Amino acid sequence: MSDKIETKKVKFKVFRFNADTDYLPKYEDYEMEVTSEEVMLDILNRIKFNHDGSFSYRRSCRHGICGACAMKVNGRSTLACKERMFDLIDLFGDELTIEPLSIKRAVKDLVIDKKDFWDKHNAVNPYVVADIDEEPESENIVSPEEAEQLLDADYCIQCGACHYACPVIEINEEFFGPAAFAAAYRFSADVRDSDDERLKTVNEMGQGVWDCVKCFECAEACPKDVNPIEKITKLHQMAFKEGIAENNVAVRHAVGFEKSMAKRGVLDEGGLVLYSEGLGIVKHIPVALKMFRKGKIPLPWNIPTSENMDEIQKLMKSSSTVKF
Amino acid sequence: MSKLRYALFTGCTAKQSTPEQYMSTMAVAKKLGIELVELVEASCCGASHLQDYDEFLSLVLNARNIAYAEKHGLTMVTICNTCQLNISMTKHKLDKDPELKAKVNEKLAEVGLEYKGTSQIIHFLYAIIDDIGLDKIREMVVRPLSQFNIAPFYGCHNIRPSELQNETHKTAESPYNPTSLDDLIIACGGESVDYEEKNKCCGFHVELQAPKTAAVLTGNAIAGAMDNNADMMVTPCPLCHLKLDTQAEHAGEAIGRELDMPVLHMQQMVGLALGCDPKELGLEHHVVDVNFV
Repeated sequence: MSDKIETKKVKFKVFRFNADTDYLPKYEDYEMEVTSEEVMLDILNRIKFNHDGSFSYRRSCRHGICGACAMKVNGRSTLACKERMFDLIDLFGDELTIEPLSIKRAVKDLVIDKKDFWDKHNAVNPYVVADIDEEPESENIVSPEEAEQLLDADYCIQCGACHYACPVIEINEEFFGPAAFAAAYRFSADVRDSDDERLKTVNEMGQGVWDCVKCFECAEACPKDVNPIEKITKLHQMAFKEGIAENNVAVRHAVGFEKSMAKRGVLDEGGLVLYSEGLGIVKHIPVALKMFRKGKIPLPWNIPTSENMDEIQKLMKSSSTVKF
Repeated sequence: MSKLRYALFTGCTAKQSTPEQYMSTMAVAKKLGIELVELVEASCCGASHLQDYDEFLSLVLNARNIAYAEKHGLTMVTICNTCQLNISMTKHKLDKDPELKAKVNEKLAEVGLEYKGTSQIIHFLYAIIDDIGLDKIREMVVRPLSQFNIAPFYGCHNIRPSELQNETHKTAESPYNPTSLDDLIIACGGESVDYEEKNKCCGFHVELQAPKTAAVLTGNAIAGAMDNNADMMVTPCPLCHLKLDTQAEHAGEAIGRELDMPVLHMQQMVGLALGCDPKELGLEHHVVDVNFV
């Protein structure tokens, strides 16, 4: 059997920065033959072992469970130990830029300060809150069906790949981010948990799930397929089911779709903004005027209605599962 | 080749805040010899917000939307990324979960409908690329956009989640390095602009509840296109268009910079290249003037 290992030539641009001594980061160039057997972590090791011993990055388990080696290649979050080099070359070609998960949090090369990640993680009480009998007579059994409700949220390894791929994290410092929400869901969906605070915490405007932009970056970034945005959606739904959804603009915006559709089938866009904002509608007037002038806001009698409205109304009555 | 026929799910904005998108869809379809059967019975897709409130209801209503395309025996074409996401997500969930499908069909039976799973759901951008082909577009171009640098803005819900998206069309697309819209720009004779924000979020979905986040994301996107010498942006999503076009001034204030960037719908760009009358493409409905036509 001939075991010829295929190789490809790659140009690497590697982010270098030392917060103690440097004012600005720089990029070091390396050209290397990469084999079909290698993963990104092998390349980081080769740079450190063969070229520059001062190159810094976190690594530990090297099999995708410790979460230490999360980083970015061409802007894409990944776990260095899990990412096959040939897959990266297929996706991006032969020029790869290696960067930390968050450039503005870089401490030394690929090592970042993850304080914000941990603070937000801690803020959602990431543990089961329960009054336990210290001397139980029998086991506290969670059935397989109940365990399935966690939707694999417990697979999270806290690597930070989704957190630093989330565009809101860079704009809104309060925002908890996808990893913290996945953790919140993991414990709030646990049948043993009785924490009243967690769901309220993640429903607060600014920091909570209502500020999620629904971009699905977190779902793509997660190396463990935790699918954080699915958990964010679940947290929204739990807020309604548990009756803790507050009467604010974000909640009305979600509920408003049902109101509008019950009336017309299609959405009455202006009506939705009015229902969501209430008096706050005044701040939208300047843009609305501009849009009106360009024929972008139909007059009330020109707003379309779906045909066979009776079907839609009947289904909305019989299939509705939530009340607000 | 027999004439291409699709069921058209217009979505809500095409009939209200982006009439130009409906007009240009119709004009381009006519040029390309596509017949669109409009699903006039369809309801709103829920835009990912009804899903946060009442997921089962949104599944039932979207299954009803698909059932009408199935009645025509046609593939459903969407012209909004978020419609595409919510309707194809419904199809995905129902097709892989027979129990859920049965529950939804129990409801649909009340109004004499059934969801079978026989119609595909595809965004118009990919329908053009898959079923017409870029070569054909290139042949049909009568007014190449060769003097323009055009910045593609893909819009999240056409490229993520990638597993779902790649079920809906043949053209493989990576959310980290998408190429479909770039390829279409090049087929129309334009120069495609590479910039960091092309596959990023416009912020539309938090416009009301997190206006700052929404404005900064829009601002970054337009600024990214400007800094890479774009003459215009182009997007397949009317929600992205609403942000980039009608909210540009707010976005500029949020990032502390004057923004000036005409933004075309994908259909308008194709329409211009194929020689449609600019009037048919509704260019006068933009807030940021399209001043180069």
